[in-house]
Amino acid sequence: MEHIIAVLVENKPRVLARVASLFARRGYNIESLAVGPTQDPSISRITLVVTGNEHVLEQITKQLYKLIEVIKVGDFANTPVVDRELALIKVRAPSNLRGEIAQTAEIFRARIVDVDEESLIVEVTGTPDKIDALEQLLRKYGIIEMTRTGRIALARGSQSL
Amino acid sequence: MRMKGAQVLVELLKKEGVECIFGYPGGAVLDIYDALFDTPEIRHILVRHEQGAAHAADGYARTTGKVGVCIATSGPGATNLVTGLATAYMDSIPIVALTGQVFTHLIGKDSFQEADTTGITMPITKHNFLVTNAEDLPHVIREAFYIASSGRPGPVLVDLPRDVQQKMIELVYPEKIKIPGYRPTYKGHAKQIKLAAEAIGEAKRPLLYVGGGVIASGASEVLFELATKADIPVVHTLMGKGAFPESHPLSLGMLGMHGTYWANKAVMRCDLLIAVGARFDDRVTGKLDTFAPHARIIHIDIDPAEIGKNVKPHIPIVGDARMVLAEIVKRLEPMTHPEWHEEIAQWKREYTPKYRESKKLLPHQVIERIYEKTKHLDTIVVTDVGQHQMWAAQKYPREKPRTWASSGGLGTMGYGLPASIGAQVGNPDKTVILISGDGSIFMKIQELVTAVNYCLPIKIFVMNNEFLGMVRQWQGCLYRGRYSCTRLVNPDIARVAQAFGAVGISVTTKDELDRAIDEALKTQDRPALVDCHIEEEENVLPFVPPGKSLDEMILE
Repeated sequence: MEHIIAVLVENKPRVLARVASLFARRGYNIESLAVGPTQDPSISRITLVVTGNEHVLEQITKQLYKLIEVIKVGDFANTPVVDRELALIKVRAPSNLRGEIAQTAEIFRARIVDVDEESLIVEVTGTPDKIDALEQLLRKYGIIEMTRTGRIALARGSQSL
Repeated sequence: MRMKGAQVLVELLKKEGVECIFGYPGGAVLDIYDALFDTPEIRHILVRHEQGAAHAADGYARTTGKVGVCIATSGPGATNLVTGLATAYMDSIPIVALTGQVFTHLIGKDSFQEADTTGITMPITKHNFLVTNAEDLPHVIREAFYIASSGRPGPVLVDLPRDVQQKMIELVYPEKIKIPGYRPTYKGHAKQIKLAAEAIGEAKRPLLYVGGGVIASGASEVLFELATKADIPVVHTLMGKGAFPESHPLSLGMLGMHGTYWANKAVMRCDLLIAVGARFDDRVTGKLDTFAPHARIIHIDIDPAEIGKNVKPHIPIVGDARMVLAEIVKRLEPMTHPEWHEEIAQWKREYTPKYRESKKLLPHQVIERIYEKTKHLDTIVVTDVGQHQMWAAQKYPREKPRTWASSGGLGTMGYGLPASIGAQVGNPDKTVILISGDGSIFMKIQELVTAVNYCLPIKIFVMNNEFLGMVRQWQGCLYRGRYSCTRLVNPDIARVAQAFGAVGISVTTKDELDRAIDEALKTQDRPALVDCHIEEEENVLPFVPPGKSLDEMILE
């Protein structure tokens, strides 16, 4: 099963390496990973999407806590969350198809952020499913390249980690 | 007061109570060694290989309860520490390792003797630091000692670039430590403790399963109180040897792959297993599905990640063994379990280890003789890894904590000699006995130089069967006797010892052995090595083959 885990860590060098190394050596699978600063400059937030049963998830959480620089681990298994990914998709776009592509993008509330003679870049945020769906639709025009961020998530409501 | 980083470091080591350091100099630690030159308060023991420094610090820590400190230079010096750090990490031994590093502006440039020390040691240390800003040094050193010795102890490495050692900084001793993500739990949860006490009260066949955590937390006395008050037999792991006196009738000895017949039988039969500071290692449990099949399990450990890792306990308690056991004892009424003891007595009657007749020395006889001739002394027993380690565990009983040092988790051959150096340095008035094998001893034989240099009167017994014995035993039992590459062709080990400046004696008979033990015990100004030529193909028994249940012991 897929789980989203948010980890608050001290903003110090090599923290990401420690987390990644822990997952590698204990044989846990990471589906996606995103890291960035928080409102407190001394703390970073790592969002991990992992697969495993409850036992594996419990071990991941406990092992993460053993890292000295890990301050807090949050598992969103039973919490409603807002989770988002961002993707940039560079699509082949001859002038006769531009309108069609723009319309498709519109439906997904995606934006066109770069244009040249033969291509454009579509920026889309959303759940992985939504991004997958847009990617599928854009395939027929020819995707030149694309990049996706790891997922980030916050629990709904006023509570924090 | 402003002084060089290296001097600040040495001042802080003094503040932490460091009395001795095991190390080996090199280009990237010149400043530290220069500062040590003016520091008579800290004794430096010069080893002959950095791995020896780490093991010596480990042996020192295990037998004194203090943090062991070792130093190595950058690059190869640091990489040589790796096995020692991994050994300490697996057995939760507090060490602070100080390594030199190239100048900060040279890091990442593949400079001479540069290695990514913090990267390499990340998975085998409790934590590590690369100090890039000299002003951070006081905090880092304070935190390193605190992290190494608190919670579940473990090795911590501090990597110190040369410019950090050289920069003039203010000497400050940070009184307060602030590590937001590190708050070990010592006090057990009251509700869980109550449940545990109730479970003990209800149990008909309770069994204590104790590991190294009992020794780390200083819980031996309260363990004794619990076991005797509630009349609970005790089995120990290799790491838990000495946690409970083995001469006591409640002690059933070691459990697991080479545990006693009755210890393993008791595990399979008990209705309550109280695991204290132990981690259900595969060498202990055998086949996990059939381990302690009738038992409710209480698991007490300071590391939450150990709870539920291998076995899901019915009553988990996160906390310090000493504090948790003390709380449980308070809630218990005295009780007895005569029927349970009768069952155990029956197992003791139905199986007595049989040994073959041999003209050659038999390993268990050798250990028994060493024990007989040294049991009146205040001894520390150190082992290497292999058959001799198991024979020593089975035949050299221990009564007190911190009198036994052996590489349990990592199983590091070569641990013994440097660890016994650390033990002797930390315990100058005790008799340090090293039991090694002809395989293990050559893995770190160069440290015999160190033992001779510092006049350490370590008594070294080599169980010499001219085989890599444990591997041979497995080849015999599991690979149809195909002894691939396990035959060892050794030099005359006694003469090797003599060449190093130690006493070296070779023995092949019981009389010679007795005389050699006497001679070794008499020797007080240097190490004495007794090369015991034992029966070549003797197996360690009982033997639970890997993947089998604890009651599927091979007994003869």
